[in-house]
Amino acid sequence: MNPPILCSLRNGETAVCSQESGVSFEQFRTLLGKGIEAGHRLSALFVVPDDSFDGARLVAVLARPMSGDLQMIGCAVGSSYPALTPGIPAAHWFEREIFEQWGIRPEGHPWLKPIRFQPPRSRSGGRPSLLLPTVGVTEFFRVEGEDVHEVAVGPVHAGVIEPGHFRFQCHGETVYHLEISLGYQHRGIERAVGEGNSPRMRHYIETLAGDSTIGHATAYCRVLEGLAGVRPSPRAEAVRMIAAELERLANHIGDLGAMAGDVGFLPAASYCGRIRGDVLNLTAELCGNRFGRGLIVPGGTGFDLDQTLESELKRRLDDIEADALSAIEQLFETPSVLARFDGVGEVSESLARQIGLVGVAGRASGLPCDVRSEFPYGFYQFVHVPVCTWGTGDCLARALVRRMEIQQSFAAIRALLQSLPADRSPPAVMTLAPRRWVASLTEGWRGEICHVAATDDEGQLAFYKVVDPSFHNWFGLACAMRDQLISDFPLCNKSFNLSYCGHDL
Amino acid sequence: MTPAFSFVSFGLAITLSPLLLGVIQKTKAFFAGREGAPLMQPYFDFVKLFRKGGVYSRTTSWVFWAGPIANLAAALLSLTFVPLGRIPAPAAFPGDVFMVAYSLSLGRFLMVLAALDTGSAFEGMGASREVRFSLLAEPVFFVSVLTLAVVTQGASLSEIYGTLPRHMVHQGISTIWLAGGAVALVLLVENARIPVDDPTTHLELTMIHEAMVLDHGGIDIGFVQYGAALKLWMFSALVAGAFFPFSSARPFLEVMGGIGGVFAVAVAVGIVESSMARLRLIRVPQLILLAGVLALMALLWAAR
Repeated sequence: MNPPILCSLRNGETAVCSQESGVSFEQFRTLLGKGIEAGHRLSALFVVPDDSFDGARLVAVLARPMSGDLQMIGCAVGSSYPALTPGIPAAHWFEREIFEQWGIRPEGHPWLKPIRFQPPRSRSGGRPSLLLPTVGVTEFFRVEGEDVHEVAVGPVHAGVIEPGHFRFQCHGETVYHLEISLGYQHRGIERAVGEGNSPRMRHYIETLAGDSTIGHATAYCRVLEGLAGVRPSPRAEAVRMIAAELERLANHIGDLGAMAGDVGFLPAASYCGRIRGDVLNLTAELCGNRFGRGLIVPGGTGFDLDQTLESELKRRLDDIEADALSAIEQLFETPSVLARFDGVGEVSESLARQIGLVGVAGRASGLPCDVRSEFPYGFYQFVHVPVCTWGTGDCLARALVRRMEIQQSFAAIRALLQSLPADRSPPAVMTLAPRRWVASLTEGWRGEICHVAATDDEGQLAFYKVVDPSFHNWFGLACAMRDQLISDFPLCNKSFNLSYCGHDL
Repeated sequence: MTPAFSFVSFGLAITLSPLLLGVIQKTKAFFAGREGAPLMQPYFDFVKLFRKGGVYSRTTSWVFWAGPIANLAAALLSLTFVPLGRIPAPAAFPGDVFMVAYSLSLGRFLMVLAALDTGSAFEGMGASREVRFSLLAEPVFFVSVLTLAVVTQGASLSEIYGTLPRHMVHQGISTIWLAGGAVALVLLVENARIPVDDPTTHLELTMIHEAMVLDHGGIDIGFVQYGAALKLWMFSALVAGAFFPFSSARPFLEVMGGIGGVFAVAVAVGIVESSMARLRLIRVPQLILLAGVLALMALLWAAR
């Protein structure tokens, strides 16, 4: 299952495994560097153990918005290679992951330390060693000097949220540097999914990042559908799109409410919190689960909606829209809230491009990155959802992008409900083609979700790679906090609202 | 006015101050479209906390547990000099406003020591913020009370508030309201309310007052919160006294009017908290500066 040397694919299209040894590393680096310079995004960078020799393959998936396709590049590497990060900052986190997982050292990497504290994976495919590193025990960046002090937050936090460790180097109230240390939620999902087909896979994927169930499940199902050469019915695609937009609505509304709560603006916080629940209940009407578990299955959808449910959804959506828009308007019409959001946690467009921000955070910095319109998949090929961007890259921009996307999502769902395709064919049986590679991109509510998979000679999944948008964006949060007040961190954090478990896998 | 009513008003302050927190919470719940916790919830909380023991880190010393007790004692001491409406306080002497302010400061100082005793980064940060903002609020408070003293020619708080003009057409009313406005802003700063601090937040990094008491639990946090409730009562009484100089021939009605004024202030605090977001921490001194300008204007007006 060696990766293809160099090929361009449409989103979800498969490529045949190659028998050759790939491009040379120099070529690999040049291709990547030129691609990034031309405005392409590094969607994934990972290592695959090689069947034929005692090395491994370094694989990059470049998303090329201009041509609307994905480029997969493979090259052979030994136990070390010259690090890409100094030239391509977006590779920073990926190379740390590679070093941690496979022990392949990117020489010259500026800050090579674990990201998840997982035991190294053995290249022969066996179980990992039982010597577990202790999560969070590592070197941290330190600022020395008079009056400089260190504030450590977490991994246990005051609210009911996931665990993560944040270390601030402060001077008085000003943050010089923030270092984020995660890994507390590592469950080994990639390895479990890459070990073959089992009915449990879908559930692993659905709970990979619980709030992005639809996004990840869609990416996973599109991987399998690509490998099996199956196309879901248009109706199933439309239902998937409704579910994806409902997920976006629920989370964006919840986020705006949470941001209001963080600045102590009570009314919007309370209303948005309730409305988020109302949207989740719509998803529950579709499939019986508020997060959409079991709705997206390989080949189609696990549930369909009938005439009564359709009109019920339409009716409730109208009520929710009126409530949501008025609550959000209240938020954006309160001067004290705007003063609080404005200019806090700025990430400039050039920095965002360099470190490879995706999703809401990227769009707030002015990058027009949206998989739905760049690499349309499923029903997004027929319905165009406008890309919402804002240029300032601060908390206000991230809130405004969410507000615009909420409006777009309401419109998109309503349009879909008015003209649902009629055919109701059941999901097809999946038989995966052997020795294939596939990369599937979807736009989760947080941003670009990338799943890459390969099958072995028997047509079983042999390799699986997940890149959650949080993986790209956590470093963006650290950058946003530079020279900010430490008391603004919770607001910045909420404006990114990244997933810990999506990062830790 | 008989001294008996002074002690009645002191007793009411001690028993009703937790209800003030309940009223603020209920007001906020109303504006958020929620049912909200029962009005009596602060009492339930205090009963719960006072039945608990404390948990102490091995790195702390006696300073840690002595802080909340001393703070509560300082608050009670201050309360004996604060009049309710036109009812004089149980004790009074010329210049007792300094006694009130510095007794509160002493309590805060001991709380800061208790916070630093833990050696935690959060507590140190919270203590530094708390001290910085109260340092700025202190002169504003003095100038405001001085203004009222100039208007009424009184020397002690009880004298000042006992002789505040009774009707709106009095020529000094605008001065009194300006000074009262400054005291109201000081109330928000001193009692950790929005827009200065968010008493309901769970985010340690944004806290001012709460960050300082993160490590206190059980009966100790009970002392801290009860002390805070008393302090809120005192400031509310001072604000209400300036804005609603209610007067009646009957002391009973006078007491009722004073209490009504205090709860009206609580409702106003709840409305402020529901209608705006917190300021950025760096902008808080500007709010205090605004209060200072109001107080100075009032003083100039009064001394004209």
